Amino acid sequence: MNESLTGWGGTSASTARVERPADLEALRNELRAVGDRGVITRGLGRSYGDPAQNAGGTVLDLTEWDSILDIDTRAPSVRVQSGISLDRLLRALLPLGLWLPVVPGTRHVTVGGAIAADVHGKNHHVDGSFGNHVSSFDILLASGDTVTATPDGNDAELFWATVGGMGLTGVVLEATIRLKEVETSYFVVDTRRARNLAEVLAALETGDDSYTYSVAWFDTATTGDSLGRGVVMRGNTAPREALDPEKRRSALEFAAPQRGRVPVELPVGLVNRFTARGFNALWYATAPRHRTHEIQDITQFFHPLDIIGDWNRVYGPKGFCQYQFVVPSGEEAAFTTIVETIARSGHVSSLNVLKRFGPGNRAPLSFPMAGWTLAVDLPVRAGLATLLNHLDQIVLAAGGRVYLAKDSRTSAAAIARMYPRIDEFRTARARFDPTSTFRSDLSRRLDL
Amino acid sequence: MINALGTPQHVLLLGGTSDIALAIAEAYAAQGPGLTVTLAARAGEGRDAAVGQLHARGCAVTALDFEALDTASHGALIAGIEDDIDIAVVAFGLLGDPEEAWTDVHVARELAEVNYVGAITTGVALAARIRTQGHGVIVALSSVAGERPRRSNFVYGSTKAGFDAFYTGLGEALRELGGRVLVVRPGFVRSKMTKGLEPAPLATTPEAVAEAVVSAVRDGKEQIWVPGTMRVVMSGLRHVPRAIFRRLPV
Repeated sequence: MNESLTGWGGTSASTARVERPADLEALRNELRAVGDRGVITRGLGRSYGDPAQNAGGTVLDLTEWDSILDIDTRAPSVRVQSGISLDRLLRALLPLGLWLPVVPGTRHVTVGGAIAADVHGKNHHVDGSFGNHVSSFDILLASGDTVTATPDGNDAELFWATVGGMGLTGVVLEATIRLKEVETSYFVVDTRRARNLAEVLAALETGDDSYTYSVAWFDTATTGDSLGRGVVMRGNTAPREALDPEKRRSALEFAAPQRGRVPVELPVGLVNRFTARGFNALWYATAPRHRTHEIQDITQFFHPLDIIGDWNRVYGPKGFCQYQFVVPSGEEAAFTTIVETIARSGHVSSLNVLKRFGPGNRAPLSFPMAGWTLAVDLPVRAGLATLLNHLDQIVLAAGGRVYLAKDSRTSAAAIARMYPRIDEFRTARARFDPTSTFRSDLSRRLDL
Repeated sequence: MINALGTPQHVLLLGGTSDIALAIAEAYAAQGPGLTVTLAARAGEGRDAAVGQLHARGCAVTALDFEALDTASHGALIAGIEDDIDIAVVAFGLLGDPEEAWTDVHVARELAEVNYVGAITTGVALAARIRTQGHGVIVALSSVAGERPRRSNFVYGSTKAGFDAFYTGLGEALRELGGRVLVVRPGFVRSKMTKGLEPAPLATTPEAVAEAVVSAVRDGKEQIWVPGTMRVVMSGLRHVPRAIFRRLPV
């Protein structure tokens, strides 16, 4: 059936035939029947731009392929179908004292999507990205063959092209993921305010090693001495003895309430310069100056946005862009210039996340690299294209890159320079999908 | 593809020597490098100059022979364009001598064929293209002359009235198929087309029309007036009794 699709940012809608094949045979038939507009897999649609859209072609919705096939509590590891959401998976794993090694800013992504975007979480500086913890997956190729790929086996090229490969190498059917053991579903969190960007960076530079999870929120609207003032939030999973007796009884319960949702599509956005500025000031003012050893649940610490369902609707019909980039360690000056440029631009973001990354992995299109990453959400309005093109130039000059799972507006030329190993990806894609069966609006826009 | 901020990769200009069409292409070229433009126009010096102008702005340009009166050729011409057409600007048209236009049947007929029939045959071909590619924006350059006929240029106005109705309806038809139509109703535009004519009140420029088009495409609008105040003016003029309207200096 024809459906109009967008990403989470609500921009660049396009129409595709959406198919929900019931089994592998039906899925193979879809690949056989594919026309010259190609096919792409879509998970829960949390990529901000257009990687899960395929104008005029076929989009495969595999979110019903969501079974847990096997849990090995000794390894520990889990084998799942790729359409399962991390939310459902975590709910199943927690009672067993197991936890996913990488959880991004929302739990509402599929395992297939997490591999395709090689997602990262607050523990990247310690544990790396999602692909680092996948021990194998089964992937359906354009030829109709199913291949089991592992990070170091015969099909390592396919494995690493698929990790971060935005769904363009084939359809991941099943994956085995290594797990962490936890005693509770809570976190012991330290929070401190930092008066400016330099303090935020210094805090993350020096103290991160004592925390598995670390992230900073910062203000994009202040300039001068308080440019980039922020709140640094870091924590570790809570051991049982850290909880009070009442919480201890339900230590492995999944404490992640959703407290409401944005019920309808709004005719106009609620986020503008003024509300975003107010939101920024409020967040800073209400954050504790310095608080240690606070016990927080999963939603409080990990996914504050998941409390409100469909929160992207507050941006209204024009939608928004999330700009996330990374620059290598040592490029703090470029990083500061970018924060300054945003602060002076008149474009105000209210959801601003800053993090220090650890080293990247072997995947040619994987986003993280050792350095500094920042994400801002900017409502679409006049002048944003010019601002973001300018930021691209600073990022490029610093040897950095933007994140494909977030991008909705950069150019093919910029991407080719940001991902210097893009030809390795293209070679692998040409080998495993010589006729470009797998295509998306993203692949057309960025000439992947 | 058109990106989230409304910047296309490939623009098709139908009537590629039109000042407004070129200004739109230049406005997109100014948003960043790498714009491809297909310039469909009658071969000749005008087209060569237009190609040169867009080259100078860093565009990759392909020129195609396009004859508005040869309506039978429009389908194949548009189907033969290889890249996805992200934005198609329907900009060809004749103003004609307004007095000849209602006294000389040949002039009247030519205006109707170029401005209305040719616009429909290209519109149908563009619609077919959008249906297969699942996305695309048509920028249809209408005119306020089509909103209320005036004694001074009613033949031109009548062709634009038909044009406007067709593209407005086409926008509705393409909604579910991933396509979008932006109907643009400029007032008097100082351009090659209006050279030598006395500018009407609220006269505008091709650059201003281009800027309004770029914003409207980015914001997903379906209908604009240029300048924006023209919307209010026309809304009022539509309700003025004819006895008074014919005495107005418009």
